[in-house]
Formats: sequence, structure tokens, C-alpha cells
Amino acid sequence: MGETNGHSQANGQHYVGTRQIRPDGADKVTGRARFGADYNLAGQLIGRVLRSPHPHARIVSIDTSKAEALPGVKAVITRQDFADQPSEFIPAGEMMMNYKDVVRNVMAREKALYEGHAVAAVAATSTAIARRALKLIDVKYEVLPHVIDVVEAMRPDAPLLHDDLFTVGVEPKPEKPSNIAKRVEIKQGDVAAGFKKADLIIEREFKTAPVHQGYIEPHAALATVSEDGSTELWTTTQGHFIVRAHCARLLGLDIGKVRVTATEIGGGFGGKTVVYLEPLAIALSKKAKRPVKMVMSREEVFKASGPTSGATVRVKMGATKDGKFVAAFAELKYQAGAFQGSPVQPGTMCAYAPYDIENVHVIGYDVVSNRPKVAAYRAPGAPISEYAVESVVDEIAKKLGLDPIELRMMNAAHEGTKAAYGPKFGPIGLEETLNSIKKTEHWNTPLRKWQGRGVASGFWFNIGGETSVSLTVNEDGTISLMAGTPDIGGLRASLASVAADELGVSYDKVRPIIGDTGSLGFNFLTGGSRSAFSGSMAIVEAAKQIKAELCARACKLWEAKPDQVEWKDGAVRPLGALAEKVKPMTIADFAKVSGKTGGPIGGVGRINAQGAGPSFGTHLVDLEVDPETGRTTILRYTVAQDAGRALHPAYVEGQFQGGAVQGIGWALNEEYVYGTDGKLQNAGFLDYRMPVASDVPMIDAILVEVGNPKHPYGVRGVGETPIVPPLGAIANAMENATGIRFTELPMSPPKVLKALKEKGLNKV
Amino acid sequence: MAKHHIEATVNGDAVEFLCETEDTLLDVLRDTLQLTGSKEGCASGDCGACSVTLDGRLVCSCLVLGCEVAGRKIETIEGLAKGETLHPLQKQFLEHAALQCGICTPGFLVAGKALLEKTLDPTETEVRYWLAGNLCRCTGYDKIVSAVMDTAAAMRKG
Repeated sequence: MGETNGHSQANGQHYVGTRQIRPDGADKVTGRARFGADYNLAGQLIGRVLRSPHPHARIVSIDTSKAEALPGVKAVITRQDFADQPSEFIPAGEMMMNYKDVVRNVMAREKALYEGHAVAAVAATSTAIARRALKLIDVKYEVLPHVIDVVEAMRPDAPLLHDDLFTVGVEPKPEKPSNIAKRVEIKQGDVAAGFKKADLIIEREFKTAPVHQGYIEPHAALATVSEDGSTELWTTTQGHFIVRAHCARLLGLDIGKVRVTATEIGGGFGGKTVVYLEPLAIALSKKAKRPVKMVMSREEVFKASGPTSGATVRVKMGATKDGKFVAAFAELKYQAGAFQGSPVQPGTMCAYAPYDIENVHVIGYDVVSNRPKVAAYRAPGAPISEYAVESVVDEIAKKLGLDPIELRMMNAAHEGTKAAYGPKFGPIGLEETLNSIKKTEHWNTPLRKWQGRGVASGFWFNIGGETSVSLTVNEDGTISLMAGTPDIGGLRASLASVAADELGVSYDKVRPIIGDTGSLGFNFLTGGSRSAFSGSMAIVEAAKQIKAELCARACKLWEAKPDQVEWKDGAVRPLGALAEKVKPMTIADFAKVSGKTGGPIGGVGRINAQGAGPSFGTHLVDLEVDPETGRTTILRYTVAQDAGRALHPAYVEGQFQGGAVQGIGWALNEEYVYGTDGKLQNAGFLDYRMPVASDVPMIDAILVEVGNPKHPYGVRGVGETPIVPPLGAIANAMENATGIRFTELPMSPPKVLKALKEKGLNKV
Repeated sequence: MAKHHIEATVNGDAVEFLCETEDTLLDVLRDTLQLTGSKEGCASGDCGACSVTLDGRLVCSCLVLGCEVAGRKIETIEGLAKGETLHPLQKQFLEHAALQCGICTPGFLVAGKALLEKTLDPTETEVRYWLAGNLCRCTGYDKIVSAVMDTAAAMRKG
């Protein structure tokens, strides 16, 4: 593990970098931990949502009178219960939201824009009554032609979703509305000149299918609203402060009147960064004057939340015969779903970020179609564009007869490289990940017929952002740690390790909890791989305050001057001659006399964390294709990624392993399947097949640690990068196994079998 | 129709409850008996988050009706630890960091324990196929499989 950091305890123990048992662990292995659907309030009603059966339809009228008359129904809400919002992008935390779209996504107004779009909701005394009530709501639809595919949606004659959507980013401004919300572009150097220098130019078009984040816990919310408007909400979310902002805006409430508690969260991967049920539960509770609980079914999760974009990506790269990349172009068309806001911007920026290329030009389009509005999914946008680029990089290696790792090494971004999307990289670990992969036994193991090996690298920015934590020294010297970013995969363990090292107390004397929105200052959400990075930074700040306060108190107690004391190794220590007279004092010593020395002891870290270091990774995969069925089996998998510094190595490895397996699902099986009727045909885990334990091998994780100089412990975010390389690595391995370059995801058995048949290869 | 009156044993305790015909065992456990450790991830038997044992057999409680369990013995995640002592599998899950979000964990533990009652010497492949009815989206299964294998090894030694 990494070097020591200078923070240590009286007994010399360090927790950062060790594998401590998570503080919330016992509750989570005994069934005691309370997730979204586990909360109940006395007198609660059950809320259910009526959803559009049509992918595109004008809502002519909604008659709720029969439903309202059903005994046991306490409230019915429709579009009339939400004030319209102006079309403008305004900040919600660090996100720019267009609430005109948000209010329409949580409850359809003029039109239903996808199958599953919420049209009305009821609250009733039982689930059975709520279900019956939904059937009594009479919605008159005028069904409209729909469009599902991104390329078809871009055609001038495509069915139009929004008549006020004019493409932003093109000159002159279009006179007619279209489904193209936005055109984005990044440029560096002169691509045309670059291609002239190239000895080899490869151009390919790729397609990826939309995939769902696939968290096992469906969305759930429980709301109660008092007569004076005080609102309490329990919800499974990656960011309860963001939920508060959205709900306050949508329902016209003061932020201070809304208290949101983040329940334990059963997976999110970006999909729980937006609101669906929360504003509905509040609106129903307000109307019914009783608590309202709402939980989505799995079908609703598939049809009305997530997924991430499917896309069409064209990549053109030029290299010299020695393998130096001299020019790179890409055009990305990303599905946004029914409302603008696909992750095409980050997709554009990430496409060539792993490489040091002089001439780069990337264009992206954000395109609406009659699908659920996309939500963030782990490194949003990056896996798609980097998959396409990594496929072409592999082809360049083949054509030039170069080792794919050597080719990447030759072009790898490193400290000082100016990324095409703007910044100059500080110390980064891409080369180290390539080197570690090259050194593995895995890389050097021979393969048999129908087996293939693939390698690919990946990049994600990582972010910091607004973060607020508190550390409280309790009367007995134990520490209460409060963070405001939901713990989605071991955050409490990481933060408790940092707090223990900073304050020189035992790990098990730190009790971390996730505070509600009334307990801390604003926190941006758990996303962007920011929670451990920013949270640990904020804890260092909070601990600094405590240490300064204790030094001041020691000065009073010892009648000493500030330069006669110092905080070192878990205690305030007297210096020089003073050391002969008094003994060092630990946190526990001060806790005993806190009342006499100035009162309660604590610190708060309120920061806008800067300096998130990008994380690069390289993945290596072996697979075998069954020529009879087209089924692909992953045989072996190794991930190497730069963590900067792993606060808790086991949970960092877990991020690498989990991201890799999500990527395996994306590459091989997962996809939203639509019929010509515009309806989703596989809205369940049986037909939307995510990897299970028997589909994958052990995932070897190599922790590369190139410290981030902007973080007190050297931490980089680690959560998102792991899903970026798998798509390319697996496509490259497929090519090596079959000789076929697959350019469409998923590489599902029927697709693979068809390709093998076309080449006459499907004979054993 | 009147509700069904059912008597059964849950984690060794005699329980009685009223349920509608369409209520699943999972509904009864979570909503009536307040045992919310079993989770609903799909309600179609595909995710295994609601795994329990019924007279010793591993089942998805979302696929069993409440009125089917009369006179039968049900074991849920809440019955896994004995007193203050965690089951060895629970301990190994914590030591291996075999959970990230933790929503699938109860199901994996119930299913894993059922496997260890059949054999204390499973191969990695056997563990993977036995657990193939449980979805985990966070961990990539690596640390879960290791935790089960290591628990089996430790229990073999006694």
C-alpha cells in the first residue's frame, strides 16, 4: 500500500489504507439496515402511479372523479397539481436543471412522451384499493406517431417530441424545431492537417444499446406533510439535498421547510440522482393530510427510470506507421430519452482523453426520442465513446503489427499532456496501469482456439464539489462523524478511517452516520466519484479545527504559549521545558474536562472540494466464444486502475470489480428491446439479463497508486472509471477470438451467431 | 372473501397472521410481521433478494403465497445470527467487504447458508451456480464467492 501520510495515533496505528470492517456492516448482514421501502409511518397511505401505455400521445383529458369516489381513496393527483415551470436552466446544487422538463417528467402535462410516463397518481388505504383506483381514472389520449431510434429521430420528417425544441450550438439558429436538442464540439489543433500526416486512417461506425443502471432496490419514497407545510421525506437517493432542492422547486415550498432523510441505498450508479416518486408522494400527502408511501415495481423501474443512452458513434483515427496518433475525429449521437440531457458532453470530452493527440475534433448531438429520460450511469457518456475509440485503437495496432499495450503506451496521456477537452493533466497513472497489466501472468498466458484476449484503457474526470461534514467529540472521547452524502459502497468505512487517523483515536471509536438535510450544510450528491474524495477532505478540515481548539485549550490548562504545544501522533504535546512539567493530552483526556475548558468540542468541514484527480484504468480480458450458440464466456479478467491513494483497499477493489462486471453485461447482453409499437419488451430481470455469479470469473484488481497532489491523502475518485474500459476490452477480445470486428453492442449470442454464420465460422 | 388465518413458525417463533389470498410470503414477512430484512427487488423470482428457507428449502418468498405456509417453518435473514454471535458467513461477508450497498446481502446470506448446509466443500463453480439466482449489481460477485468459499473452509476445520 501507499506511503504513510504523517497522520498517526498515539500508538502509531494507521487506519487509512487498511481493510477495516465497515461500521454499518452488522446492520447490513442481519437485515436490520433500513432501505427505502423499509420505512413506514403510522396511518400511512399507499401511493401508486398511473402510467401511459403509449410511447407518444397527446393527453386530451383526465377524469379522476370515479377514482376519487372509490372508498379508501384519499387523494388523486394529475398535471393540475403541479405548477408549470419556465424553460430555463437554473442551478440545483451543481447541476443545471430545466424544471420545465423536470415537472413534465415526473407528471406528464400536454403529452405522454414514453411508455410508462406518469400521468396520474393515487393514495389509498391499501395497495389493492390504489390499484383499483388507477383503473377508474379515465385518460383520453390522442395517439401520435413515435420514434425510438436515435438516427431516425434526427431525420427532418421524424415525429417531433417538443415543438419548442430548437437545436442549440448551430449557426444560424434553426428556424424549425427538431429532436436534436444540442450540438456540442471540442477541437484541438488541425484535424485535416493531421490526417494528411497519417500513414494509416481507420474509420468505423459503432452502435450501443441503452442499458439500465440495474440497482437491485427499486425507487421508494415516504412523505408526510403537515398542515403548516412542514414536509418530511424518506427516500432512497444518492443526494438528499438535491432531492430537497427539486421537491421544493416543483411544489413551491421553502427549502427550509423540507427535511429529507436518505435511507440506506440499494444501489444507484447514477440512477438515483433525480426525482421520480418524491414530488408525487409529497403532493399526495399534502392533499390527503396523511403520510404516503410509494414504491416502484421492477417494471416501473425499467420503463420510467434510468437508463443511459444508446448511441451511434463514428470514429476516425489517423496514425503514422510507427504508431503515433496524429489525428482523431469522432461524431457522437446520444439518445437523451424524452427530454434533452444525454451525457453526450462528457462523452465528447472523454473520447480521446487517454491519449496525447495533437489534432482532435469531436462533435456530439443530444437527441430526444420516445424513451424514458436517461439518467446518469457511472461515468455517464464515457463508456460509449471510449468503447468506439478503443476498438479503433486496437485495429490500428493490428494493422501496424504493434502490441496493443505498446501502442497505447506510445500515445498515452501523462503528466503535462494537454487534454483535447481543455486542461493539462497533473500526475496521472495511465502508463502505470498499462505497465501493471503488461507485467501480469494473465497477459502472458497462452490461449486456445475460439479464445481471445482484449485490452482497453479508460478515463473519467472525477469531481469534488460542495461538501459538509461534522465531527463531534463526545463526553467519553468517542467521535460522532456526520456526512451528508449517502453511503453507497463503503463510504462510512473510508471516512471513519480518515477521522480516526486525523484525531488519533481507534477506528471503532468513530461512529459515522449519514445526516439528514437539517443536520448539515448543503452536500452535493454521491456521484462523480466524489464522496470519499470530498468527504475525506472535509473531515481533514473539521479535524484541523478540533486540533487547533485542543491546542488552545491545552495552552490555557498549562498556562503555555501557542509555540509551546503541538498536535502530534494523536495528542497535544508540550514542547521544550514544558514537557518536563505536563503530560500530553489525547482527545479522551480533553473530553473529560470539556465542560471546564470551554464546552463541547467539535469541528465542521464546509468546503467546495477542488482538485479531483482524474482516474485512468486499463482492463484485460480473456473470453471464449461458442461457435455453435454464439455465447461468450468470460474466462479471466484483470483490472488495473489508479486510485491515487486507496483509503479502504477492499472497497476500492470492489469498485473495480463491480464496474467491470457491469461493463461485461453492457458489452454482452444488456439492452432495451423495443417493439415497433414503441413499447419496451423486456422490462424485467428475466429478459433484461444482467450478469449473475455463474456468468463471470474472479476479477483480479490491481491498485495503482499515483497520488493526487491536490488531496491531503492523495485520493482520486475510483467509482466510475471501472465501467469505461470493459466494452472496448471485450470487443477487442471478441475480434481476437473470432476474427470479426463487432461494431454493435451488445454482442449477444444471436448477434454473434449471425456474424459467425455469415463468415461460415459456425462449425465446431 | 375473509382473510386467511395462518399459523406458522418464523425463525423459531410461533406466529399467526391474517392475509389476503394474493399476498405473498414476502408481503406477509415485510408488511405484516415487520421483518423487512427480506427485500423485494423484482417480485418475479429473478433477483433472489427475498430468499428465505421454507422447511429447510431455499425459496424466493415473492413466489410463495402467505396462505401456503400454514404449519411450516420459515427462516429469514433475521434468524441467521444466534444471540450476539453472527453466523460465520455473516462474519466473512464483513471481513471480505462482500457487500457494497447491501440490498442483496440478506438474500445472498440466506442462499449461501443453504448451500453450506448441503456441502462444506463446494467448488467455486458450484458456489457460482448455487448463487446464480441472486443478483448483485455492485460487487461483481468476486468477494461474495470468496466469502462463501472461505466460510466453507473455516467450517470444515470446525
